[in-house]
Amino acid sequence: MHPRKSLTLALAGLMLATASALAQPTEIRIGVALEPPALDPTAGAAEAIDVVVYQNIFEGLVRIDQTGAVQPGLAESWTISQDGLTYTFTLHEGVTFHDGTSFDAEDVKFTFDRLLAEGSVNAQKALYEPISDVTVVDPTTVEFTLSRPDGLFLFNLGRGDAVIVAPESADNNGAEPIGTGPFAFVQWDRGSRVVLEQFGPYWGDKPALTKATYLFIGDTATMTNALLAGDVDGTNNFAPEALAVFEGNPQFKVLVGSTEGETILSTNNAKAPFDNLLVRQAMAHALDRQEVIDGATYGYGVPIGTHFAPHHPYYLDLTSTYPHDVEKAKALLAEAGYPDGFSATLKLPPVAYARLSGQIIASQFAEAGIELELINMEWAQWLEDVFANKDFDLTIISHVEPFDIGIYANPDYYFGYDNAEVQSLNDQLNATTDEAERLALAQQIQTIITQDAVNGYLFELAQTGVWNGKLDGMWQNAPVEGVVLRDIHWVE
Amino acid sequence: MNWQALRHNPSLLIGLVATLAFALLGVVSIWWTPYPIEQVAIAQRFQGPSPAHWLGTDHLGRDMLSLIMSGTLTSFVVAALGVLIGVAVGVPMGLAAGAWGGAVEWLVLRISDLTFAFPAVIVAILITALAGPGETNAIIAIGVFNVPVFARVARGGALAVATQDYVAAARLAGHGNVSIAWRHLLPNIMSLLIVQGTIQLSLGILAEAGLSYIGLGTQPPATSLGLMLRDAQSLFLIHPWLSVVPGLTIVFIVIALNLAGDGLRDAMDPRLRHQGLAHGAG
Repeated sequence: MHPRKSLTLALAGLMLATASALAQPTEIRIGVALEPPALDPTAGAAEAIDVVVYQNIFEGLVRIDQTGAVQPGLAESWTISQDGLTYTFTLHEGVTFHDGTSFDAEDVKFTFDRLLAEGSVNAQKALYEPISDVTVVDPTTVEFTLSRPDGLFLFNLGRGDAVIVAPESADNNGAEPIGTGPFAFVQWDRGSRVVLEQFGPYWGDKPALTKATYLFIGDTATMTNALLAGDVDGTNNFAPEALAVFEGNPQFKVLVGSTEGETILSTNNAKAPFDNLLVRQAMAHALDRQEVIDGATYGYGVPIGTHFAPHHPYYLDLTSTYPHDVEKAKALLAEAGYPDGFSATLKLPPVAYARLSGQIIASQFAEAGIELELINMEWAQWLEDVFANKDFDLTIISHVEPFDIGIYANPDYYFGYDNAEVQSLNDQLNATTDEAERLALAQQIQTIITQDAVNGYLFELAQTGVWNGKLDGMWQNAPVEGVVLRDIHWVE
Repeated sequence: MNWQALRHNPSLLIGLVATLAFALLGVVSIWWTPYPIEQVAIAQRFQGPSPAHWLGTDHLGRDMLSLIMSGTLTSFVVAALGVLIGVAVGVPMGLAAGAWGGAVEWLVLRISDLTFAFPAVIVAILITALAGPGETNAIIAIGVFNVPVFARVARGGALAVATQDYVAAARLAGHGNVSIAWRHLLPNIMSLLIVQGTIQLSLGILAEAGLSYIGLGTQPPATSLGLMLRDAQSLFLIHPWLSVVPGLTIVFIVIALNLAGDGLRDAMDPRLRHQGLAHGAG
């Protein structure tokens, strides 16, 4: 062959190769604000864990899709007995864990025995307590027996807390997670990033991405610059105050969606003066919800009047139960025996929505005569003081669990609300599978907790994602915690 | 120093006047600010300068001028208390080194070296990271990195003075080290300390701003210039004004203090003076 001709051909080939590589990038770098403390979703409550691993590294028997519906996961099908107490799952065959060990019904049994064991550190253990027995029928069939019907059982199986782990690797999942998902863990540079790569022998449909890197960028200004400079391809949740930088910029996609995070002014109902209904009602009247939403979420939060997600079919709009009325608040305080108001502390975790809401609410309460002292805390300290030891007056926190109204039926929960009627209604709700009846019960509970002004109901957190304009397949809403890579792909 | 010195040294005049003006602005905020700084008014946020809000409003609708006044006070108080700690601990150390010499001097110098080995702000971060964020810890942190500075300055000054005849005379008269340090060394290094204090004050203000900026200093709802910068940084691309105002305030304060410090050094340097040491042999 003529040397020049071969050179031309080689060049053409090279150009073709480059062109196709440019046309189909298959890697993604995702910026996330919080680094997970460990990578085992069955042994920690941190949302940051699910952001990296849920449906990427680990899978459950079923999975939640982006509408919040339950889809088959490792179980290809299931049947439910008439009484709602027995669930029989048929498992996929030929599924392997990333370390090469095979998946079968024994792994399912192991997972749930571990989750429900005495010393289990699963953050949502209570959700799975209705499970009385898990039986291996054959390697591809597993049977769950419940002690009572549970309307949310399938959804709960699809959560990050119930992903299937293998006995060979379960203890090590915190540092080196081994699951069955489409992406396998490669490395974790602490303080910097986690790298995942597509798992070749994955049993299901292959994702479009071959590699995903999660970069931990806690600072909003740094994240803004990283996005603008193209150092990251997107983030699932960007600080709303700076969202205006990307809105209207055709190079970026801004996805504003819903989450399951009810943000509340959590009130220690077991402690004076907050054990007094009049005081709680006065606080509810002193609160200007819209101002908090505008100030703390830049208008992206959705107002809530009760502890329920506004996009849920069971939601009841109770936002006008206690309208903003300073005079009414003062009158109620006087009636409660605090004509000159009182002082209290407001403990704030290190999240922007809480810190900002805290300053705004302190200013609003001051008008009604309630002096709030703001105490800024780190997560570990907040979890210990407020959540574990209940040593607080007020706090601001987003409850990100889906369908978590059951916390109002638990008198030992940190905000100490003890109402026998709510407890009995919640038991009925848990035991009912009839939709109409469930709706009525859920709305009854919502009405009671709102009228009792248990907590100050502020807003539903929005998910405000910012992504490269050429990326598609990201979830707009967050019905469960996680950044699911499955459908994300580059388009030209 | 006298009025003549001020007239011959306009930068000293400018520095002192500007420093006093900022200090006054801060002090006034104790009793009066145009608007209360805790009062949030979301509807009024992100306003530009206007007759109602001379410097505009911030992300919570608070008046920026009020915040600057209050923030300046915080910055001055934190920096001044930090410098005071440095003086209170460092100067006796330096004087002791100068008066006793020997093992005492060696120990003081090694402690200084050890502290100097860590950059000032790193020391401050270490302290606030261990003891938690807050104004008090910021003050302690700034104090700690000021200690060796004043120890060195005091020792250097004391060594120069200690060779003077009147010190030898005092020693012959039976004065002990403590008495000599207190009656002869300290008065004669006072000018050095004032100059160094002014310079350290400007470093202290920068350190306070830095600590608050990274979240280790002043905590909301209190405010400081560094905290205002921190609040504004994520909004910089959208509302640069919010960063410019506290940023420029810090710059002006630091320039003012440095001008004052340099001017004072020129005015007080013994070599430039005609009337000799003011506090001679007593």
